[in-house]
Amino acid sequence: MSVYTAPHPRSPRRPAHALVAHQVRYDGLAFLRNRQSRFFTLALPVLFLVILCAIFGNGTVRVAGGEIKESTYYVPGLVAYGVISASFMNLVISVTAQRESGILKRRRSTPVPAWVLIAGRSVVAVGTGAAIAVILMLIGAVVYGATVPGRTIPAICVSIAVGAITFCALGFALVTAIKSADSAQPVIQLVTLPLLFISGVFVPSDVMPRWLLDVSNFFPVRHLQQALLKGFNPHTVGAGFAWHDLLILAIWGAVGLAIAIWRFSWKPRAR
Amino acid sequence: MATGFQTERAVPATARSAAGQGDGHRVAGETVISACGLRICYGDFEAVRGIDLDVYRGEVFAFLGPNGAGKTTTVELLEGYLKRTAGEVSVLGVDPEHADADWRERVGVVLQESAVEPDLTVRECLKLYAGYYGSSRPVDELIELVGLKEKADVLGGQLSGGQRRRLDVALALVGDPELIFLDEPTTGFDPSARRAAWEMIGGLQALGKTIFLTTHYMEEAEYLADRICVLAAGRIVGEGTPQTLGGRDRARSEISFTWPAGVGRADLPPVLLAAVSTEHRGRAELQTAAPMELLGTLAAWAQEHGYALDDIEVHRPTLEKIYLELTEASR
Repeated sequence: MSVYTAPHPRSPRRPAHALVAHQVRYDGLAFLRNRQSRFFTLALPVLFLVILCAIFGNGTVRVAGGEIKESTYYVPGLVAYGVISASFMNLVISVTAQRESGILKRRRSTPVPAWVLIAGRSVVAVGTGAAIAVILMLIGAVVYGATVPGRTIPAICVSIAVGAITFCALGFALVTAIKSADSAQPVIQLVTLPLLFISGVFVPSDVMPRWLLDVSNFFPVRHLQQALLKGFNPHTVGAGFAWHDLLILAIWGAVGLAIAIWRFSWKPRAR
Repeated sequence: MATGFQTERAVPATARSAAGQGDGHRVAGETVISACGLRICYGDFEAVRGIDLDVYRGEVFAFLGPNGAGKTTTVELLEGYLKRTAGEVSVLGVDPEHADADWRERVGVVLQESAVEPDLTVRECLKLYAGYYGSSRPVDELIELVGLKEKADVLGGQLSGGQRRRLDVALALVGDPELIFLDEPTTGFDPSARRAAWEMIGGLQALGKTIFLTTHYMEEAEYLADRICVLAAGRIVGEGTPQTLGGRDRARSEISFTWPAGVGRADLPPVLLAAVSTEHRGRAELQTAAPMELLGTLAAWAQEHGYALDDIEVHRPTLEKIYLELTEASR
């Protein structure tokens, strides 16, 4: 076996942070170009806010510390929905499609490190979740007179960040369980829709039976909704950090990450 | 097994001119890919059953074989996607199972099936991939090279099958690789697109690239390859240049013509009758190791009876015929 020598030297690759920024730029561009992504992730949460406030807008909901307007209640719930939609639902569908069509496999034939691809896609998801949160807060405040938090803004930002990262990790974990691009959509609806309904996102939790709350308390959707509600609730005293909920979210995130690292495949599975 | 022989480039003159002075880049005996006793199993199924391969710098190496022969499995192992069961493998001096970013920097891959990024334009897609490499080729130059200049700002999802395949090739070249794997690069192309792709691949060789090509098309292998290796049921059943594969250079010539009206094998003189190998759709096919002698006898017979035989053909056995013999023998 003769020794092979490279014919010419190569320039160094970009540093890791620049590679992530490069990936974010193009993944973000692809996200914004995709009509399905735009509709389900950006338009649908706004549509839900409009519909729910139109139906229940003038009523009140009992929460910790007293009663609040329904619109004030729905803003944090739909922020949670927006975060989950961007970093979980959209991520699972798009990453599964990329895996099954061979795009991920091709990307892995290049020198780009795997973690850069995952980080790039996650940053797009977290950024989208944050953007939809800001849009919902503005619409809630301007159109429906929902209370705008001041003191608790750092807590809300932390909750959005922890929630988005957690659901990205869970998204990459769920991708490993989906065998084909066609089944991504039904699986994601099956997993998220019931949880959204029992976690106080669409239906205020003061009308739900105890046992259903116990079920929803096990899953992460409820804890993201609760953490955000604490930040948005005008009766909240102090900085508004829901440490208990954030901790449970972080545990779910860690489990998701472990499954993703253990099981994630870059190659199509359906063929 | 393969020894470092370098043969005269075995392609028609047109391809040679497309390839320019490519042969000057070749360094005899420098091994780019080397495999010894390679075996790959999927569970109980042994897809690759002990093969030896050597590919030298600057050559086009064609890997042929029927579906399920283990071609793609072998290629994916060489590309660093799979783990082998046994054997020694070295690609660019590195075991592909331990391929790192520096190795991937030097290898270009066209997968058998892979979609292009649907929501990025041709140019954006190439820029995305160019950014993964330390050294990359200018994107606009690549777009021109693969003939996608008019489509540079069209989204990947809106390209035709042939255009996507050309983008696949451009993406494999964007890092300016030394070694390029092309897994059935022209499947689904129309004849003119295929011809254009061949000229492009010939041009890559002129740039000093080593090319590992798998294909189903015999003309493609004959046109492009310096050396051919035939795989069947996980084993190598033949290896050589397009001229020498399977003893093609020693094989008998074939002479064929359409029977004149009312004439059959019974009308032939004994020497010609003995040479008849098959009759198909009213055509006689004769095989001989001495084609000029047989042609003389045939011409005399035809002239004597006034037969024109104006569709007479004389040819060496086609590569396809050799290939079919090699692969069928292994069943």
